[in-house]
Amino acid sequence: MENNQGTRSRKQYKRRSALQEVWRRFRKNPGAMLGLFMVILIVGVAIASGFIFDYQKDVVAQHITQRLKPPSAQHWFGTDQLGRDIFARVLYGARYSLSIGLIAVCVSLIVGVTLGAIAGYVGGIVENIIMRVVDIFLAIPSILLAIAVVSALGQSALNLMIAVGLCTVPSFAQVARASVLTVRNNEYVEASRAIGATNWQVIRSHILPNSLSPIIVQATLRIGSAIISASALSFLGLGIPLPAPEWGAMLSEGRQYIRDYSYMTLFPGLAILLTVISFNLIGDGLRDAIDPKLKR
Amino acid sequence: MADNILEVKDLTKYFKTPKGMLHAVDHVNFTIGRGKTLGVVGESGCGKSTTGRCILRLIEPTSGEVLFDGNDVAKLGKREMRAMRKDMQIIFQDPYSSLDPRKSVNQIIAEPLILNKILKDKREIEERVFELMDTVGLAERLVNAYPHELDGGRRQRIGIARALAMEPKFIVCDEPVSALDVSIQAQILNLLEKLQEERGLTYMFITHDLSVVNHFSDDIAVMYLGQIVEKAPAEELFAHPLHPYTEALLSAIPVPSLRNRRKRITIKGEITSPIDPPNACRFASRCQYACENCRNGVPQLVEVRPEHFVACSRLADIRDING
Repeated sequence: MENNQGTRSRKQYKRRSALQEVWRRFRKNPGAMLGLFMVILIVGVAIASGFIFDYQKDVVAQHITQRLKPPSAQHWFGTDQLGRDIFARVLYGARYSLSIGLIAVCVSLIVGVTLGAIAGYVGGIVENIIMRVVDIFLAIPSILLAIAVVSALGQSALNLMIAVGLCTVPSFAQVARASVLTVRNNEYVEASRAIGATNWQVIRSHILPNSLSPIIVQATLRIGSAIISASALSFLGLGIPLPAPEWGAMLSEGRQYIRDYSYMTLFPGLAILLTVISFNLIGDGLRDAIDPKLKR
Repeated sequence: MADNILEVKDLTKYFKTPKGMLHAVDHVNFTIGRGKTLGVVGESGCGKSTTGRCILRLIEPTSGEVLFDGNDVAKLGKREMRAMRKDMQIIFQDPYSSLDPRKSVNQIIAEPLILNKILKDKREIEERVFELMDTVGLAERLVNAYPHELDGGRRQRIGIARALAMEPKFIVCDEPVSALDVSIQAQILNLLEKLQEERGLTYMFITHDLSVVNHFSDDIAVMYLGQIVEKAPAEELFAHPLHPYTEALLSAIPVPSLRNRRKRITIKGEITSPIDPPNACRFASRCQYACENCRNGVPQLVEVRPEHFVACSRLADIRDING
């Protein structure tokens, strides 16, 4: 009889996968949902802009008669010094800035976290070598490093992403190492080894999930700064070649006209701001959602 | 004597430190009979836990042999070691740090089953998890709970269920109750005792609390600074403690009676540093009976009464052995 009761009540324990559980908690966070909504919107805009605007005609073509027009019904965000519609350029620019931000962070995430995790987990000489190399990279100003990488590899969108990504590798490596170190010494790691887990299994199922939250926060913060570094490089003429409507490049172009035509910097600046804020909101929400202790 | 499940021979673990070699475990020998419990007692830092971890090879021993069912654990390859781990498990001291905070009860208990591919079918695993939870006295409704939602006793039950999942023959209990409230200690001890009876488990029970080990162990080994100083069946040890250190430890157990209070022996002085210890009796600097002779050479374990081993060079002078 007791057995019967047991099987009946068992049905009530809904089983959610880890991902569902994270999503359920993420959903309860209004800020994070707002961030997610905005990121989806921006990504949507980036994709749609390719269909709405013709690159040659709407985005880079110069209309000298239309130059420096303030926002109006015809040009929502106004036009720049070459008569290009800023609205079209900002929307189209989402493609460049988003992909630079995301890919650059992916590059540094993969390289940095791998290095940091190895350093933290293995320790000893390996750790020393990795972390000293990281220190050397940290000692070089990141913009200088990026310039060096771009000049070595040549100027292109892909190389820009790699350059920006490599600059943030050291900080990812440090964050990853630090959190792996704190997790590694927990008894549950030893327990997992006692039940026969291999090194890789221990890293995958215990160490990485537990050291992930600082890394995720770091990554979302870095998307913003990657977009900004990329625009700094564009400003120096090492980014995406000029007529392309990259937000940072637009900012630096508009800089000369900021006294009289502030809308030229306002809109690309707002675009960067909104993108960075939305990614940060998502990052905060994810960090809380991943940690089961913050449930409820 | 053939039925010893575990035989530890000359087990040694030194740690390299900036100041020198730290002798955590120094030439330790003992055996545990099948289905028996060996209690290992000693103060913090005396190498009890290191010994336990060396046996499971969670720490690589420096030298020595650990024979489990006749196989030397220290010489096994990776794959053989994984197979061996099914037979020997560990229950940890701290139920707070020994459970992954990101895993639910279900995931924690199922982990050994999945990792070692004991069960593949999801439903089978689920059944087994419920069965194990029932065995250790966890309510089924907790199956999806996370460790931080549960109290220390329940957490420790999860740890026990995880250890039991692979049906081990031998479990190292590394101070399994010292992080728990006294009332819960008794529950967990009773559970461990029940499991031993039902499954014929062998325990190595590490603790610093002699009163815990008293009713639980068949044999007791007393460790001091990486060495076993006295080893005897539990009753014999409590009735006739021979080593001065054991004597002092036993005198520290509170007696709930006004008349029969024992004279308390306080151990004075600091524990000798385990880093490059001198070639002398480790306890000499704190021993009330110590003389010059004690500082020459490390005393060996000698069988002074049946099954009762003591390592003390002044034993004949300070004890009436047959009394």
